[in-house]
Amino acid sequence: MPDFVFSGDEAIARGAIDSGVSAAFAYPGTPSTEIMEFLQAHWDEYKATLSDEERAFVVAQWCSNEKTAYEAALGVSFVGRRAMVSMKHVGLNVAMDPFINSALVKINGGLVIVVADDPGMFSSQNEQDSRILADFAHIPCFEPSDQQEAYAMVRDAFAYSEIHEIPVLLRITTRLAHARAQIQVSPGMAPRALKKCSDPTAWTLMPGFARPRWRLLLKKYERFRADGEELAKLELRDKALGVITCGIGLKYYLENEDDWAALHGDKRPSHLHIDRYPLGRDKIQDLSNYVSKILVIEEGYPYIEREIVGTFDAPLPVLGKLSGDLSLSGELTADSVRLALGLAPLEALAASSIELPSRPPQFCQGCPHGDSFNALKAALQDEAEFLTTSDIGCYALAALPPYNAVESCVDMGASIGMARGASCVGQKNAVAVIGDSTFYHSGMTNLLDAVAHRSKLTLLILDNSTTGMTGAQPTISPGSRMKTLIEGLGVEAAHIRELEAHRKSHDINVAAIREELTYDGVSVIILKRECLEYLKKVRQQ
Amino acid sequence: MNYNIILAGVGGQGGLSVSVLIANAALTAGFQVKQSEVHGMSQRGGEVVAHLRIADYEIQSPTIPKGAADLILAFEPLEALRYLPWLSASRGMVVSSLTPIRNFSAYPDTAEVVAEIKNLPNYRILDAETIARQAGNVKAANICLLGAAADLLPLKADSLRKQIELYFSAKGEAMVMANLKAFDEGRNKYGA
Ligand code: SF4
Repeated sequence: MPDFVFSGDEAIARGAIDSGVSAAFAYPGTPSTEIMEFLQAHWDEYKATLSDEERAFVVAQWCSNEKTAYEAALGVSFVGRRAMVSMKHVGLNVAMDPFINSALVKINGGLVIVVADDPGMFSSQNEQDSRILADFAHIPCFEPSDQQEAYAMVRDAFAYSEIHEIPVLLRITTRLAHARAQIQVSPGMAPRALKKCSDPTAWTLMPGFARPRWRLLLKKYERFRADGEELAKLELRDKALGVITCGIGLKYYLENEDDWAALHGDKRPSHLHIDRYPLGRDKIQDLSNYVSKILVIEEGYPYIEREIVGTFDAPLPVLGKLSGDLSLSGELTADSVRLALGLAPLEALAASSIELPSRPPQFCQGCPHGDSFNALKAALQDEAEFLTTSDIGCYALAALPPYNAVESCVDMGASIGMARGASCVGQKNAVAVIGDSTFYHSGMTNLLDAVAHRSKLTLLILDNSTTGMTGAQPTISPGSRMKTLIEGLGVEAAHIRELEAHRKSHDINVAAIREELTYDGVSVIILKRECLEYLKKVRQQ
Repeated sequence: MNYNIILAGVGGQGGLSVSVLIANAALTAGFQVKQSEVHGMSQRGGEVVAHLRIADYEIQSPTIPKGAADLILAFEPLEALRYLPWLSASRGMVVSSLTPIRNFSAYPDTAEVVAEIKNLPNYRILDAETIARQAGNVKAANICLLGAAADLLPLKADSLRKQIELYFSAKGEAMVMANLKAFDEGRNKYGA
């Protein structure tokens, strides 16, 4: 009897609890958000299994951003306890500084970084592949193919991290994060004791200390490669085709394997499954010596394919994303893998004969953002020249009809920096629009730049008390402190306006925006009203 | 045995709840289950689709291959059409609500959409919203549709009723009754 039905995210969270994790840190981001949500929902249960003195020292916390989350986790590791940080793929860019440098320190308590990539961009601005960043950092990367493996790999990753004194990156993708399946769990472990690292020079990356750490890391990396190689599963079967799979690609391959066998006299392709990086070479070489063609099935970038193409003793065709047999963009599917295996599609109904336009996402009915953008549009209506930069969150939907109110959405906090930059070089009426959560995440430092240089800039902070897009998680600071915070950053009190993001305040809001547009300096207009999803959540609690 | 269902609708219609309900009934019956859903940006009034796979052996892909779906359960008629290429040519069935959600300007002519469904080899189309309203709660339209498809599933109608009771019990007796009634009315219409 299977124990639980878990999504990949939930399986990972449960894996962390059963590994005796002392601290978990995260910033919300689809498709990784549910890891922390599950931890927080089950944290009291977890605490109840701990002794009195342990209970006071386990935490599962949302943080300001991925970098602060990562750094807190490093501190936990330093003092000997287990920590997990979870984030979406672009969150790792924010945490890149601690991520790369943490490869050089002497990890003490296990440190596991869970990164959820989003091939297909279901809810992201790009398709970057975290396996490549793990390689760049010289950090071992584990990649599960289903929920059960995700659970087990968290436990393995903590152990590996402690044995080799290195962080471990667990890479998942959207489908695995959000699909549910039955999993079996194992008995939990107790948290580790507090025991500070006895070798502080191994954590002090000044050149003299860092150089030997880097040489050690280069040596360790070859060890990681050998360990991954040992665990890769190679089956030499039919010679016509060798299939290399990793991650969820395995499942799409297995979905089709019977049909391939039926077409090839019951023989099955030779198969190598890889679930750890850096990439080992021996089994790939063995496979290449045995088969006359290789197909690489990997979710994300053609990472393995690029590593192996052209490296064999004899010329050997390698099919995959670079060859065009699978698409370079979007996520894999059982269908695309089927075609790459040379199988005919299943017999399906024809697509509808009428054209089916896609249904654009839009604000929830009554969302405060709608009222804010109506005010902004009205304020700019008579301006011949303006620039409206936006940021990451529900409010980016204002780029679409019927609002068409903003002109950019690049990365967390970029709205303010971009508006400031444009204004410095002559753009009139530069307006940045950012949500409260994104402002705390990466907007504040940009505002500090604007204050320091007296840039002419109008900033709209849409303060809805929550991180709405990802399902209404709490923000790191209450809205009641927003004004003081902005004053503290140096914006003049007279040019900080607190308004209500509501239809009934439309005229007041339009007038205020217009006034601030004429000010030759930094103005901040805080438009306040709660997100409806947030209110719903509060009511349910 | 394997049975593949695509649940298609618009954010906020309760499609994911129906998916969870069926999955729980399948698990109770001892089947294996895989379920895949889309979160995030696409949930804000956009298309929402869940894939639910039920089998008595290990399921591989978390999503249904094209041509392998047995059923499209559509909470909105245009959304039913979107996933036709997933439906098996030989056994595929569409069970769809009649009520369009016209929340964007490019929505095609409603009559055309409905006619397209009625052109399919196997379809059931019903005014789930009106039935649910009469049963006591318009929000039970999703459960009414489930009722209309109940006889197609490899599950007993009673086990689905039981899951409905469990699922809605936290929301009070009236909610449970309305949903059970909507389910039974759906069955009376088609899925008896
Ligand atoms: S989730 Fe909140 S912020 Fe996002 S559209 Fe809905 S009401 Fe607006």
